[in-house]
Amino acid sequence: MSASVPSTEARDARIPLGALRDTLALVRRNLYAYLRVPQLLVFSTIQPVIFVLMFRYVFGGAIRLEGPVDYVDFLMPGIFVQTVTFGSTAAAVGLATDLKSGLMERFHALPMSRAAVLAGRTGADLVRNLFVVALMMVVGYLVGWRVHTDALGLIGAAGLVLAFGYALSWVFATLGLAVGDPEAAQAAAFPVLAPLVFASAAFVPLETMPGWLQAFARNQPVSLTAEAARALTVGGEAASLVLRALAWDAGILLVFGAIAVRLYRRTT
Amino acid sequence: MGDSAIVVRGLRKRFGDLTALDGIGFEVSSGTVFGLLGPNGAGKTTVVRILATVLRPDEGHAEVLGRDVVRDADAVRRRIGMAGQYAAIDPNLTGRENLELIGTLTQLPRSAVRTRARELLERFELTEAADRPTRTYSGGMRRRLDIAASLVGTPPVLFLDEPTTGLDLPSRNALWQMIRELVAGGTTVLLTTQYLEEADVLADRIAVVDHGRVVANDTPANLKASLGSTVIELGFADGVADRAVALIGARAERDGSVVRITTDRSTAVLIETLRTLDAAGIAPERLTVREPSIDDVFLALTGHRAQADAAASGGSS
Repeated sequence: MSASVPSTEARDARIPLGALRDTLALVRRNLYAYLRVPQLLVFSTIQPVIFVLMFRYVFGGAIRLEGPVDYVDFLMPGIFVQTVTFGSTAAAVGLATDLKSGLMERFHALPMSRAAVLAGRTGADLVRNLFVVALMMVVGYLVGWRVHTDALGLIGAAGLVLAFGYALSWVFATLGLAVGDPEAAQAAAFPVLAPLVFASAAFVPLETMPGWLQAFARNQPVSLTAEAARALTVGGEAASLVLRALAWDAGILLVFGAIAVRLYRRTT
Repeated sequence: MGDSAIVVRGLRKRFGDLTALDGIGFEVSSGTVFGLLGPNGAGKTTVVRILATVLRPDEGHAEVLGRDVVRDADAVRRRIGMAGQYAAIDPNLTGRENLELIGTLTQLPRSAVRTRARELLERFELTEAADRPTRTYSGGMRRRLDIAASLVGTPPVLFLDEPTTGLDLPSRNALWQMIRELVAGGTTVLLTTQYLEEADVLADRIAVVDHGRVVANDTPANLKASLGSTVIELGFADGVADRAVALIGARAERDGSVVRITTDRSTAVLIETLRTLDAAGIAPERLTVREPSIDDVFLALTGHRAQADAAASGGSS
């Protein structure tokens, strides 16, 4: 081989901000999958668009809201949350695929940051969510959704939805590492997510649900994030909802971040 | 050995009830090829994974270029390359992007990432396909890219885990040639294989591994000399094999209806044996003369067959 073998000092030299560089390289690599396999992105954008059309024009008429709020303004924050929630399974599928293909093992044998694989995976999902939520906002605008507060409210709502999506990525990173098989990870995700999304305030007002279900639906993170994002875009008391939603995000990140890191160290 | 690139001592590793490594130990001199030879499940891959810092041993000690694989894992990672049994590349990235990703994660400076990827693509004859997603690559191309990826950091120590499994003959020969060139340039290579021929052609020393232990550690020439260079197999009709063994004598080894003779003097022994049998009115139904196989090495060194299923089918034929 023509390249000369680097000296020991050169080999052990640290690149400044190496961990960040590793993470960004892996974010980029994970995002390439969406460019090269467009079905991935189409699936994660078509599905929420169908939900928007269905709830806006099919079910919406049958859903009675108390007060002056239009259903489309009620609906869209729920759609944003639903979009990032179902999208978060990408972390499980992506990591399970890397485990199965042996790529994870190769990463383990490289002198790279130990945190970069998980940070790169969840970071790529965050970027994807940013894109998909922005797209859903455009779709919402086209079907009549309007922000009744201000730019700050809109940014706050988007930030809250993205924070929840990021926290969920760690739940599914954990699942993907634990299961180690992409199909199984995908199959395991839906039964967890469906009750969270549908037994929630994402699409319908909680008051119409039976009491026992309300108790669950009112306090679970999908509802809290949707209601907080709603309050921030429609108007009304938002602070308590925002804090409770953020508390969930922090709790999820702490617990699943710790488990995912442990699993990552072990699974090769 | 004063100049050992790899030192492995008393490594043990269990997976649940399965003992993968049972106190395995060996040393590899700098700038040589060391072959770990053994059947599936012997523990070869487990050794490589421990040396590559991917797996922690339960007990024992392993070091690469003087760095402990557990305590000083990062320094080890900066000195090794690993190509596993299957091509560990991202199917959605192009060949070039795969190599550049590995380059970045190997902590090469930005400019070196580019040039190194270009060099390796050229070297492995992948330049034309460099900007296509590797999903579209053939099996052989993927394998080549995988090995190229293991060389991105110009590692002084290279682990190749069954590198030629699934390769066609020209690709295999090209890989062998490349390994020789790397070693000529000073690289130390630890290679695992199930094929005696591969170990024989490439390795300066071979450790035969069985049940997580080294059962023999020697040069290929010495190993083969101890085994005899040729295997003669005679197949007999039912009930005749016993008589044949009695006639041929001590050097015959019976395996179902097959009688096996391992020898350095194949021609003389073959003539002598056939004469003896003919004089007794016995004619073998089948006759094979071949080089010793991994099976033969195993039979000789361990007293049992390398592959359990081979033993099962051998008994019934």
